[in-house]
Amino acid sequence: MMPLSEICDLLSCKVFCCEELLDREIKYGCASDLMSDVLAYSRSGAVLLTGLANVQTIHTAFISEIYAVVFVRGRVPDERMIEVAITKKIPLLGTALSLYEASGILYSKGLASTMETLATVTRHE
Amino acid sequence: MNKSFTQTFTVSGNNFSDAGKISTEIKMILKQLGINSDIVRRVAIASYESEMNVVMYACKAKIVLDVDPEVIKIIVEDEGPGIPDIELTMKEGYSTATPEMRELGFGAGMGLPNIKKNSDEFTIKSDVGKGTRLEIIVYIN
Repeated sequence: MMPLSEICDLLSCKVFCCEELLDREIKYGCASDLMSDVLAYSRSGAVLLTGLANVQTIHTAFISEIYAVVFVRGRVPDERMIEVAITKKIPLLGTALSLYEASGILYSKGLASTMETLATVTRHE
Repeated sequence: MNKSFTQTFTVSGNNFSDAGKISTEIKMILKQLGINSDIVRRVAIASYESEMNVVMYACKAKIVLDVDPEVIKIIVEDEGPGIPDIELTMKEGYSTATPEMRELGFGAGMGLPNIKKNSDEFTIKSDVGKGTRLEIIVYIN
């Protein structure tokens, strides 16, 4: 568990909306540009780190009960995304860091992964 | 929750800018009905994956949300190309998505398996050249 305000500091984030919700407790970290994976494998209460900035990112976050979204590599949400996020009470943040760096920082500070590690890697035939 | 509730929605195929709107509405309705949040999340995910499939592959669809004190039922009936091999599309990773769909973060071949995973009962029927019908059932208790 980690307050969103700490994530904001660790990743030197800019806050695009819902600043009043930075005291939200984040349970897990989730990093993906693939919304299908977020829908299939995330758990309620995660922060989503992503390079995918479109309105589907916000809908996916709302549906999956993602508590906040951090856009990586300087991606900026547009006005419509911010409007939807405010309605759905999902804080949107942005960092200049890459997905790899941002995830590494949060993981090293003890934020657990929302996705379970697979037992084995199997090849699809 | 001891009231029954039914609402019908219409989804247009290829309307990517509105994709997901109906499922977010369904999620809000279920929350307002006071249904347990884990159940709401499962239904919302199944509904959203279905809605995205309609937007990506069908011409249009009718989505019916039917809630009674014990069961939440979602029926998605589309007019579209249908699915020639349902067994194949139920396999994780199988996809016929276009680059446009992939740019939205979808089309990874996870949709139908994920709908099934989040349902207590799931049935799919398809007529090639006519359309596909999904029935998603989630028990409230």
